[in-house]
Amino acid sequence: MNTKNAIQVENLTKTFGAFTAVNNISFHVGKGEVFGFLGANGAGKTTAMKMLIGILKPSSGNALVANFDIATQADSVKKSIGYMSQRFSLYNDLTIKENITFFGGIYGLNKADIKTKTHALIDDLGLHDEANKLVGALPLGWKQKVAFSVSLLHDPQIIFLDEPTGGVDPITRRQFWEMIYREADKGKTIFVTTHYMDEAEYCNRVSIMVEGKIEALDTPKNLKTTYNADSMDQVFLKLARNLA
Amino acid sequence: MSIIVKNISKSYKQVKALDNISLEVPSGELFGLIGPDGAGKTTLFRILTTLLLPNEGTASVTGYDIVKDYKSIRNTVGYMPGRFSLYQDLTVEENLRFFATIFGTTIEENYDLIRDIYVQIEPFKNRRAGRLSGGMKQKLALSCALIHKPKVLFLDEPTTGVDPVSRKEFWEMLKRLQEQQITIFVSTPYMDEAALCDNIALITNGKILRIDTPEGIKASFPHKIYKVKSTKTFKLIQDLGAYEQTHSAYPFGEYIHFTPNTTAFRTQDLTHFLKENHHTNIEVFETGPTIEDTFMELSD
Repeated sequence: MNTKNAIQVENLTKTFGAFTAVNNISFHVGKGEVFGFLGANGAGKTTAMKMLIGILKPSSGNALVANFDIATQADSVKKSIGYMSQRFSLYNDLTIKENITFFGGIYGLNKADIKTKTHALIDDLGLHDEANKLVGALPLGWKQKVAFSVSLLHDPQIIFLDEPTGGVDPITRRQFWEMIYREADKGKTIFVTTHYMDEAEYCNRVSIMVEGKIEALDTPKNLKTTYNADSMDQVFLKLARNLA
Repeated sequence: MSIIVKNISKSYKQVKALDNISLEVPSGELFGLIGPDGAGKTTLFRILTTLLLPNEGTASVTGYDIVKDYKSIRNTVGYMPGRFSLYQDLTVEENLRFFATIFGTTIEENYDLIRDIYVQIEPFKNRRAGRLSGGMKQKLALSCALIHKPKVLFLDEPTTGVDPVSRKEFWEMLKRLQEQQITIFVSTPYMDEAALCDNIALITNGKILRIDTPEGIKASFPHKIYKVKSTKTFKLIQDLGAYEQTHSAYPFGEYIHFTPNTTAFRTQDLTHFLKENHHTNIEVFETGPTIEDTFMELSD
């Protein structure tokens, strides 16, 4: 397998009884790439991502994430990745500082590192006045920026983002994507799942899953050309239900 | 007018959720309240559906005052809250029958109104609501909000968390409902959905930024706007930030939306500047503003 890739997936399949949730998918994600992983509700995105982050064993096929085998080296996979989701990212009843300390500890950072990283993170985001406030009191957009920074604490090579900017105000959303591009520029790989097509347009390449299979994979620009569409939304509708 | 809001304000302790909001929605209109989480959208919904009292201001729905005539309003409007709030342990059909009964009607009496929507979930009518997919829950919730034939339908973020296919179907359903002379007041954080409304109000931090048609909102954008792209996106954002002719530069999908701070701006100047900064595969061309561009310009 090509070790230049951050993620290398070969014939990955997951079945639950008679139901095939993920059906023989193969793709790769290059180092430093911003990769969008799209699909309708129930298309198999979540199942596929759970396998890639090492919390669900595949039925067949294999995948390397940060050069670790997801089936046999799941613990090493988990240490090499960051994860952030819209639904759960930080503890609302801990302060920003406490969240950083907590997650730093979980990721195995020592006290001195946690202290340095806490200062750096708070400086970066300009959150000195809020550092001792409960996360629950922060506007959603700030929460998401803090959550993204926390997912980077242990210097992971790959960051998995699950619908990172849903509901966030447009300006904060741009700041969030600037942070994503900054990390990609440093060589980090970004794997984003979303069903908001405008989020997909920020990605270098996107894949679209339909009923367990990857039906299309290309740059947003090429997909729009291939499917003769003005927007990723139209591409998606054509693929997912032959609509539009 | 179907909905009239005059100078409504609402605070929760220190937080001002709504700050002197006024708007009017004519009968039969599809009106969109567009803004991010925390903008105050749900607070306004709760005030208009008589679940919350404002601190200041007045409002009426189909001529009824939201404070004095709250009982009449409750009989006249349908409300689909943002969080799925049907009974998870009742079946699809039981939920619908329950809501029909509460409003003193039957499924059969108003079936025509919900037929289009309900037929799509009818095959699952014996399934418990808690076990439906997101798209199906949304259709059931809409059916329940319609079963008493309301004059005004309040939909608070009906498409949040729903995939593009279901979102498209949902908006098509709303367009068909509108033909039945139902006024629809809908909120969404997604600017692309705003284009489907007759009129929209952009709201952020409890304040309305502007009310207009989607076309009017776009046309009000005060600058020329250009799409810019090069191979290195992150460096491009930073370099544009430092460029002397930049008014704003925001990532918009694969391009950056750039607005100049002078009408004397020429694209070749920017191309030259980017070349000097070692960018390759440079693209700069004029484009039209989106609703989101206007939203950011106004909230900046």
